[in-house]
Amino acid sequence: MKSTARRQSYGVKGAPYAHPSPTTTLERARSAPYFFLLPATLLFALFFALPIGYALWLSFRKVKVSGLGLGSGARREVWAGLENYTDALSDSELLHGALRVLGYGCIVVPVMLGLALLFALMLDSEKVRLAPVTRLAIFLPYAIPGVVAALLWGFLYLPDVSPFSYVLDQLGMPQPDLLDGGPLYLALSNIAVWGGTGFNMIVIYTSLRAIPAEVYEAAKLDGATPTQIALRIKIPMVAPSLVLTCFFSIIATLQMFNEPTTLKPLTNSVSTTWSPLMKVYRDAFGEGDIHGAAAQAVIIAFATLLLSFGFLRAVNRRQKQEAAR
Amino acid sequence: MSSLAVPQAEPRAGSTPGTAQDRRPPLRRRIALVPTVTLLLGALYCLLPVAWVVIAATKSGRELFSTFTFLPGTGFADNVRDLTAYRDGVYWQWMANSALYAGLGALLSTCVSAVSGYALATYRFRGRETIFNVLLAGVLMPPVILAVPQYLLLAQADLTDSYLSVLLPQILFPYGVYLARIYAAAAVPADVVEAGRMDGASEWRIFTRIALPMMIPGMVTVFLFQFVAIWNNFLLPYIMLSDDEKFPITLGLFTLLEQGANTPALYTLVITGAFLAVLPLVALFLVIQRFWSLDLLSGAVKS
Repeated sequence: MKSTARRQSYGVKGAPYAHPSPTTTLERARSAPYFFLLPATLLFALFFALPIGYALWLSFRKVKVSGLGLGSGARREVWAGLENYTDALSDSELLHGALRVLGYGCIVVPVMLGLALLFALMLDSEKVRLAPVTRLAIFLPYAIPGVVAALLWGFLYLPDVSPFSYVLDQLGMPQPDLLDGGPLYLALSNIAVWGGTGFNMIVIYTSLRAIPAEVYEAAKLDGATPTQIALRIKIPMVAPSLVLTCFFSIIATLQMFNEPTTLKPLTNSVSTTWSPLMKVYRDAFGEGDIHGAAAQAVIIAFATLLLSFGFLRAVNRRQKQEAAR
Repeated sequence: MSSLAVPQAEPRAGSTPGTAQDRRPPLRRRIALVPTVTLLLGALYCLLPVAWVVIAATKSGRELFSTFTFLPGTGFADNVRDLTAYRDGVYWQWMANSALYAGLGALLSTCVSAVSGYALATYRFRGRETIFNVLLAGVLMPPVILAVPQYLLLAQADLTDSYLSVLLPQILFPYGVYLARIYAAAAVPADVVEAGRMDGASEWRIFTRIALPMMIPGMVTVFLFQFVAIWNNFLLPYIMLSDDEKFPITLGLFTLLEQGANTPALYTLVITGAFLAVLPLVALFLVIQRFWSLDLLSGAVKS
């Protein structure tokens, strides 16, 4: 439907009775799209392409200090080759940050998408009550900024004000410190799961709604239970939107910055280099090492694209294998 | 880039006739409890922190630590007064800033998305797919690789720590361009555009007078997405701004928390601030969720 619309719109030839001469209309129609795309292209060049190019350029440079580093000519920018990259890759702080984020991602992505799928299936099931209200409530955290979400949960984790600690205290049970060690991962994961489940649920639910009802009829006549229908028909049919949500969740997870930064004032166990992004920020603005920070940013971006596209390729390969079977 | 495309879908064709279900044995009917209870638990989980902040904001500093968490307090008016008095009302300045960044930013962003999406959907021209794919690749660019060099470049133009430094980088919204293209292709019939041409209208006039009104419902969605995205953004203002008079609410609350973490007396200020910051967005969200065509999210366009 889309393609026919485009073809027709271009078909100036099919308008023999046009008042202005057909050639001028055609000329105008030729230059118009470029004119319309000018703002987007300009903005892309200024705020996407140029910064990326600049980051790449910076990552291959370094500051050379001669003598005592005093005077105007003492600090010069020189070509560094891959030095910043080898430094970054052998930096144990960055590696540990990456491992922490991977561990966190291994909790967040499956739990968040699992819950999103579960809620979407429940919303789509027959005879469910209160669906509109609960759907809205589960989607509500999407409207709450990540920083505020981290702040709210941060207070709920603090023993002094937390209702969980209150209940445990009344029961005479020990209160675990949620902002330290292993529980910290769960605490951070919980914030991301809370904030992201609703949005992903809506995406999956929308594609569930798009499945024509006839698809279920045959299965129902064969006596399939709702659970069987969900597992054998619904989940395979929404696989594309699961892939899409997973793809964007991986990208978002590797960009983790807001939650640990917000929790940092509340606990000593979140360092300034807890996630790779926090380290980039600290190196660029805390330490003033923009060249090293640029190299790290490029590595993180590269790793993000590698992981997310690697995921897509793996999915595509599996689909092809299944189709071949 | 085709991997990003999501399946086109039609609204559900027809629902199951109700009569077949009514004859179900009572055992099956009990099973419908499972979805309802699951959803209720999910809703409870999602509302818990919101309920907490609503109640905690009513407590005075003393009540916060002494009374049960979900017992309302008596200090709400005092808390708001203290928050307003904090540094000569800088809190409300943050709110106004957020409204400006998100409102103006989303408006400009919607205009750029609309005009680009319309051009990509309606015309056939050299480089169309290349331009589209390159713009869309922006979605995949991690903000970090953008924000740090953006800061350094804007610093050279002497624009950092200004309103523009937060507004400008957020105008181009690749996902918005993508949505606008899908929407324009579905909502603007080609013969209408052609009829406009025959009447001698300029291409720009056809867009603003004919196509744009048809695209409004989709553009509302783009506006809302971008509004929420800018309102919730933390990294960019965190990097760009140092003058707290220009902070958006997210950054302002963060600095308040940083100062308040060591002084529990400031806790009530942070909590009340968080509550009031959530309020406008939740209100907006409740009002607009009726108009918000979420189907657009997964690429489905209702005609």
